Amino acid sequence: MTQSVVVQVGQCGNQIGCRFWDLALREHAAVNQKGIYDEALSSFFRNVDTRTDGDGIDIYKGKICSLKARALLIDMEEGVVNEILQGPLRDVFDSKQLITDVSGSGNNWAVGHKLYGCQYWENIVEKLRRTAEHCDCLQCFFVIHSMGGGTGSGLGTFVLNVLEDEFPEVYRFVTSVYPSGEDDVVTSPYNSVLAMKELNEHADCVLPIENESLFNIVSKIHQMTNSGKLGSTVKQNSLITSSAGGIRTDQAKPFDAMNNIVANLLLNLTSSARFEGSLNMDLNEISMNLVPFPQLHYLVSSLTPLYTLADVNVPSRRLDQMFSDAFSKDHQLIQADPKHSLYLACALLVRGNVQVSDLRRNIERLKPSLQFVSWNQEGWKTGLCSVPPVGHSHSLLALANNTCVKPTFMELKDRFMKLYKKKAHLHHYLHVDGMEQSCFSEAISSLTDLIEEYNQLDVSKGGPRTDPPRLKIAM
Amino acid sequence: MSVVTVQLGQCGNQIGHEVFNAICSDFHSTHGLCSKKENESYQEACKERFFSEEKTGVPVARAVLIDMEPKVISQTLSMAARSGCWKYDHQSHFCQKQGSGNNWANGYSVHGPRHKDAIMNLVQKEAEKCDRLSGFFTVMSMAGGTGSGMGAFVTQCLRDAFPASFILNQVVWPYGTGEVIVQNYNSVLTLSHLYQSSDALLVHENDAIHKICAQLMNIKQISFRDVNRVIAHQLGSVFQPTHTSEGAVRYSRNPLGDLMESLVPHPEFKMLGLRNIPQMSENSLAYSTFTWPGLIKHLRQMLIANAKMEEGINWQVRPPLSGLPVSQKCCLSRAPHFNTSIANLVILRGKDVQSVDVGGFRDAALYTSWLNPQDAFNVWKTPRAFNKYEKSAALVSNSQFLLKPLDDIVGKAWNMFASKAYVHQYTKFGIEEEDFLDCFTALEQVLSSYASL
Repeated sequence: MTQSVVVQVGQCGNQIGCRFWDLALREHAAVNQKGIYDEALSSFFRNVDTRTDGDGIDIYKGKICSLKARALLIDMEEGVVNEILQGPLRDVFDSKQLITDVSGSGNNWAVGHKLYGCQYWENIVEKLRRTAEHCDCLQCFFVIHSMGGGTGSGLGTFVLNVLEDEFPEVYRFVTSVYPSGEDDVVTSPYNSVLAMKELNEHADCVLPIENESLFNIVSKIHQMTNSGKLGSTVKQNSLITSSAGGIRTDQAKPFDAMNNIVANLLLNLTSSARFEGSLNMDLNEISMNLVPFPQLHYLVSSLTPLYTLADVNVPSRRLDQMFSDAFSKDHQLIQADPKHSLYLACALLVRGNVQVSDLRRNIERLKPSLQFVSWNQEGWKTGLCSVPPVGHSHSLLALANNTCVKPTFMELKDRFMKLYKKKAHLHHYLHVDGMEQSCFSEAISSLTDLIEEYNQLDVSKGGPRTDPPRLKIAM
Repeated sequence: MSVVTVQLGQCGNQIGHEVFNAICSDFHSTHGLCSKKENESYQEACKERFFSEEKTGVPVARAVLIDMEPKVISQTLSMAARSGCWKYDHQSHFCQKQGSGNNWANGYSVHGPRHKDAIMNLVQKEAEKCDRLSGFFTVMSMAGGTGSGMGAFVTQCLRDAFPASFILNQVVWPYGTGEVIVQNYNSVLTLSHLYQSSDALLVHENDAIHKICAQLMNIKQISFRDVNRVIAHQLGSVFQPTHTSEGAVRYSRNPLGDLMESLVPHPEFKMLGLRNIPQMSENSLAYSTFTWPGLIKHLRQMLIANAKMEEGINWQVRPPLSGLPVSQKCCLSRAPHFNTSIANLVILRGKDVQSVDVGGFRDAALYTSWLNPQDAFNVWKTPRAFNKYEKSAALVSNSQFLLKPLDDIVGKAWNMFASKAYVHQYTKFGIEEEDFLDCFTALEQVLSSYASL
C-alpha cells in the first residue's frame, strides 16, 4: 500500500485541506469499525504514540493510538492555519508540519514564489523530507492551492518545483482553484498565468476547479433540499457539500459547502487506491491513462450523485441517471461542457454496489453522444471500488481529458492581456528580487502554446476518419 | 505429473482463485456418475496435479501469487483459507507496495528484473514440491501493467529456467470498449513477447464471457466474479484429469504435454480458443437434459461459424466443398465466414461418453491443407462428469477463432501509435518506438499466417 502527502498552500488551499482531513476521518471512521490502524488509513495518516517526545514513534499495526495527517500546511499569513490548530482538528496536525509567516503575500505571485520561496526553501525541503521519511512507499503529493492570490499561487508553485527536484519519482497531483471573471483580486490574471507556466512544466496532473461551478452546485443542492418536495427525504450526510458526521461541530463557514465538494473529489480519486474492489484504479494509473502527451494533463472532473435520497431501493434507472449526470455540464467542477468538445480520454471511477455490467451498459449508452479523438475512439479507463462514500450506496467520479478546458484558459489569457498591455500593476511584481519582464512573456507564451495544442486537436474533431495504413508483411 | 499455476496481477489472481475453487468443487462433487473406483482414481489424479499435501490435511494449491500491490493478494489468500476446502501456501506469494500503473514497460523493464530472483525462488520452491513437473500455467490479463508486462517477463524467465517444461499462458482479453485506455498497447507488447517464450496462449475475451453470463447464465447484474467463474469453469473442464486415448485405464499423466502435442504442431500458430457447452445457471441445469449428438453438432457448428457460445450460432456457414481450390486468402476486411482450423481437441466428460461419435470433427474440409486430418484432430473421453454437468463437451481449438479480435486490437493500437499518444509513458521506462515497431511486426506476421490458412 502506498502513502500520499497533502501539501496545502495559502488561504484557499488550507481551507480546502481542512475540509479534506475532516471528511477523510469521517470516511475512515465509517469503514473502520474496529479502530484498527489498517493499510487504508496509512495512506493518509500516521499512527503515532504521542506519549514520547519529539516526532512521536510510528506504530504500524494494532489499535489506533493517535492519527496524524501526512500533510504540510503552508501559509504566509497566520489566520487560517491558526484557526485549524485551535479547532477540533488540532490533534491531527503537529507544529512541525507547518510553515507560516505573518504578513502574507499581498496577492502577488512574485512575492510568494521568489521572495518567500527563496526564504523558506530550506525549511520546505527539510519538512518535506521528514514527511517522506515517515512513508514506507510514497506514491503521490497532492498540492492544493488557488491560482489567483499570492501565496497559494506563487509559493504553491514554488513548492511544486521543489517536489520535482527532491522527489522526481513521486507523482504530483495539483488541485488548482481558478479565479472567476468577477474575482475581486485585480491582479489575479497575472498570478494565474504565472502559476500556469509552473503547472505546465512541473505537474503530472492538474484538476482545475472554478468557484463559480462549485457555487452553482451548492445552490442547486440548496434548492433541492429546501424545495419541500425532496427536502425531508434527502440523507443529510450524503450531500456532497455536507460536513455532517465530521469532527467539526461549530458553525459552518461560508465556503465550507464549496470546499467539501473539492475534498470529496480527492477522497473519491484516492478511494480505489485505499479500498478494495474488483477492478482497482491506482493513482499512477490515472496519470498513465489520462495524459496522452506530457503537456495535456488538465483533467475536468465531475462528481455524482450530489445527494442521496433516503429510500433504500435504488433502481438501476437511478444508477443510469448517475452516469448521465456525470457528463452534464452542471456537474463539472469547472465552467465547461465536455459533451460538446473533444475527448482525449475519460476515466470513470465507481464506488459502491455497482458491477461491471452496469458500467458497460452505461458506457454503451453514453458513447454515441460523446466525441472522442480519432486515435482513442474507445478510450475509457474504468475502476470499481467496493466501498461507497459516506451516506451513499454508490457514487461516480468522472475525469476527462477534454478540450473543453480551452475556454477557461483563453479567458485567462484575455484578462491577462488586458492588464499587461497597459502594464498595470507590473511594478509591484518587477520590484521583487529575481522577477523580470521575461517571466511574464515566458508565462504568456507557455499558455498560448498550450491553447494552441488544444486548438490543433479541436480542428481534427469531426473530420473524416482515415486510419493509418497497416504494416505489410512479406510472406 | 503436476502443474504449477502462476497468478499475475489483479485479474490473474482473481481468476486463479476461482479456478482452484472450481477444481475443488468438482473434486468433491457427488454427481460423478461413475464407479467409486473411477472417481477415486480421478480425485487422485486431480490432487496430484493441482495440490500438494499438508499436515493439516487441507490441500494446498500448487500456485505462486504475484502482484505489485498488496490488496488483491491479501484478499485472495484469505478467501481461499476461509473456504475450508483448500488454501494457498501463504509463503508462496510475492507482493510489492506500488502497482505497475497499467504500464507494460513498468511491469516488464522495471519490476520484472528488480524482483526476478525473489519470484523465481518462489517458483523453484513450488516446482520442487512436485514429484514430476508437467509445466506451468500462467493466468494474466493483457490490458494492465503487472499481469501483462510482468507476466511477459516472468514467462521468459520460466522458459530460461525450465527449458524442458511446458508453459501455457491463459490470457484475458479486455472489453473492446475499454477498461484501460492503453490496453491495446499493453496487449500488443504482451502478445508479441509471449509468442517467443510460451508454448501456447489460451485466450478468453471479456466481451464473449460477458455475453455468456447475460444470455446463458441469465445473470442480471454481472460482476467480475461472475465472469471469472465462467472462465474458471471452462478452464476446469479442460484441465481436470482425462483419458487421452481410447481404452486408457489411467488418467493422462502429462496434461500440458498432451495439450501441446495435440494442438500446436507449428510454432507460428500458438493461439488457442476455448469453447465449452453446455453452460447455464445451476437452477436451469436441474431441469435440462442433453444428448451427445446435439452437443457435438452445436460444438462443431460453433467451431465452423466462429460462434462464442451456443446461442446465436450462424447455421448458414458450411465448410468449403473438398476438391475445390482453396479460395483467396481470407480477407481481413470481410468478416471471415468459415473458420479454418489447424488442430482441434474435443474433451468429453460424463454419461455414455464412450458411445459418442465425433466423426464430424474429422472432416478434412475443416482443416488447413498442410496437415493430415488424422493428426489434426484429437478427442479425450472421460466417464467422470464435471461439476454437476451430466454431459459436457469442451473444444480447444487452434484456428482462426482469434483472427478478427487480434486484428482489431492491432489496428487500434497502430492507430494510436501513429499519433504517438502515450508513447512517452513507455519510453520513460525504457520501451522505445523501435520496440513497439518490432512488436507490431511480429503480430502482423501472426495475423498473416492465420489469415492464409
